[in-house]
Amino acid sequence: MPAEGSLASILARHRRDRTRLIDILREVQAKNGHISPEAAAEIAAGLGLSTVEVEGAATFYHFFSARPAGTYAVYLNDNIVSVMKGRAAVASAFEKAAGCRFGETTPDGRIGLYRTSCIGMNDQEPAALINGVVFTKLTPAKVKLIVEGMNAGMNVRAMIAATGDGANAAKLVRAMVKNNIRKEGPVILASFRSGAAVKKAVKITPEGVIAEVKKANLLGRGGAGFPTGLKWEFCRREKGENHYVVCNADEGEPGTFKDRVILTERPHLLFEGMTVAGYAVGARKGLLYLRGEYAYLAPYLESLLAGLRKKNLLGKRIAGKAGFSFDIEIKLGAGAYVCGEESALLQSAQGERGEPRDRPPFPVQSGFLFQPTTVNNVETLCAAARIIEKGADWFKAMGTPRSAGTKVLSVSGDCKKPGVYEVPFGLTVRRLLEMAGGPDAQAVQIGGPSGACISRGQLERAIAFEDLATGGSIIVIGPGRDLFEVIRNFMEFFVEESCGWCVPCRAGNPLLLRKLEKIMSGKGTPADIIEIESWGRIIKAMSRCGLGQTSPNPILTTIQNFREMYESKVERGRDFLPEFDLAEAVKEASAVTGQVFAASDTEQSHE
Amino acid sequence: MSKPVVATASLAGCFGCHMSFLDIDERILTLIDLVEFNKSPIDDIKTFTKPVDIGIIEGGCCNSENVEVLREFRKHCQVLISLGECAIMGGLPAMRNAIPVRECLEEAYFHSPTIDPSEPKIMPGDEDLPIILDKVLPLHEIVKIDAFLPGCPPSADLIWKALTSLLEGKPLDLSYNLVKFD
Repeated sequence: MPAEGSLASILARHRRDRTRLIDILREVQAKNGHISPEAAAEIAAGLGLSTVEVEGAATFYHFFSARPAGTYAVYLNDNIVSVMKGRAAVASAFEKAAGCRFGETTPDGRIGLYRTSCIGMNDQEPAALINGVVFTKLTPAKVKLIVEGMNAGMNVRAMIAATGDGANAAKLVRAMVKNNIRKEGPVILASFRSGAAVKKAVKITPEGVIAEVKKANLLGRGGAGFPTGLKWEFCRREKGENHYVVCNADEGEPGTFKDRVILTERPHLLFEGMTVAGYAVGARKGLLYLRGEYAYLAPYLESLLAGLRKKNLLGKRIAGKAGFSFDIEIKLGAGAYVCGEESALLQSAQGERGEPRDRPPFPVQSGFLFQPTTVNNVETLCAAARIIEKGADWFKAMGTPRSAGTKVLSVSGDCKKPGVYEVPFGLTVRRLLEMAGGPDAQAVQIGGPSGACISRGQLERAIAFEDLATGGSIIVIGPGRDLFEVIRNFMEFFVEESCGWCVPCRAGNPLLLRKLEKIMSGKGTPADIIEIESWGRIIKAMSRCGLGQTSPNPILTTIQNFREMYESKVERGRDFLPEFDLAEAVKEASAVTGQVFAASDTEQSHE
Repeated sequence: MSKPVVATASLAGCFGCHMSFLDIDERILTLIDLVEFNKSPIDDIKTFTKPVDIGIIEGGCCNSENVEVLREFRKHCQVLISLGECAIMGGLPAMRNAIPVRECLEEAYFHSPTIDPSEPKIMPGDEDLPIILDKVLPLHEIVKIDAFLPGCPPSADLIWKALTSLLEGKPLDLSYNLVKFD
């Protein structure tokens, strides 16, 4: 028997299953504080992989590190709303109190400080994860106490002053996170009685369930809006050894946190939706791919799954239906935005780097373990359960003719009431701003960085698939904010999160960011705007997944909707203005060789 | 009517683009009927003696002299062309961009395997030597570039087609085969 907690025992517990690599890496990281080259080699040997494959996966995710990350690893969110709410002061308070800079650990290895992309707490920023425990609404004063606690060797969970509302206070959660449910709608956030959907579903045929979902005109809530019933039908029709249902709970789009609230307060509705989907497509297994940032919910969700098994709402002969077996497993991510893209998610769930696959074949043909798989958003599956419970006609009576039902929105930024709003499709942005207490916004970012930034002139536009389609992230940008800073923050995010596979995305996004900064520094020309637009088009057209296909949007949609802002920043009448400064560029070498730089004639005539 | 004037230079390149240029073979006889060369390694004219219609530059900028030559070209040439990967993207020389200049120079002059350990270590710092830039840059980050001919090297046919199109005043219509590299 290998020693408890040893690498060998971790490998044995995961049955040396190569597809469980991310789970194994999570455990090793949690136990050792890093994944050393020796550990990577041992894992590789244990799983029959090359060391490079293990290191390739380990270096892909934010929450894995090759060097010790610190006994306490602090990951401070750097998204724009965190910045709006005082991130800079919180960050410097961490550096000052801990005595190390971001990206480093303290000399004794006790505290490590890191930046991370949006952790799904935009309504309670600035927020950070410390050893996976969420800290919200940070202030320099709170940071001082936290660092004191860490220096005293306190348990991180014990540093939480008070737990949040609802299930955030549950014994297995005990998080300081708040739900901030501002508006409960009838589809997702209304109360739900476990079994109400599954018991109805098993009384009709799987085809009947699909027909009902199709009739309801349910479109995918992740943002892309693919008809759910059709996806299920394609998946059911496909031949394979096994069929799978995968719930995409990797909401990584900056500014979205509604899935977190659904997972906290309506998990039964979600599990039921997955079970209904399993019945419809003929799957025996469902996976809940939960983003690493929400790992604090995992023990709670596991306990609920155990309860459902006891109630015969999961397992064999569900609700007494002969031949219907279905169970749900939770798969945790480890910090990677691109894993929200369904094919990258599947790669990650199989224990690989979260790099998107070529499509076709689509996941319905070749998904989890290359078997027919339906990948659906959390909210989509919840809506599907409710459609089976209450009927397609009930569902279709809400929303617009093309966008049936409701949408759960995550509203954050410069508004008085940030939080979760479930509203019927068709609601105007103006009305939403009134509800959220941010009526004087200069701009609204709809659908997160990958969506669109709209101006005040467009506030009558509607949240709906036919107008402003969104996965749910709404960031209010108040008057007085420098919109360029917002755009830069979004572009930095895409540069950081690109998986690097497609050159236009890997190399193009840094170029766009540099061009933007060139314009911001006052060295832009109208030609730079034209170049950004043409590069943006190339990146969108030549990238194979949604990340690169949308990453130029923060710049492109603001050039479209706030053109005067760009034009006032660039120097008119000049077709070229370099950022290059020769005297500056030779400084480093001069210091090494002792050569003295003298501006030549061309240098002077140039200026 | 006087012939159009062409000038060329190789900056931080390997002269491979110029070699490819010479690969136009016997068409070079047609070319010298069509154009006159000014500053260029092809005729060894060292300084500009008149205004130039078409300037062609291979290689990016890795030192102060490259920058000065490039700016001279921009001043004298009506149309300036980036020829090849290094001019357009920095190319192989730009691989040093991730390494601090000090480390590069010390590797070259102090630690390289070809250094004779019995000799004193000297960092060349003569004032006549160009000074290395902190990063190797593509040409268009320093001056305005009018056209880009991709390739490593661009094929002789591509260079020929581009030059003759320019001379005839036709749009640069490069077929897929000329810019396909795999």
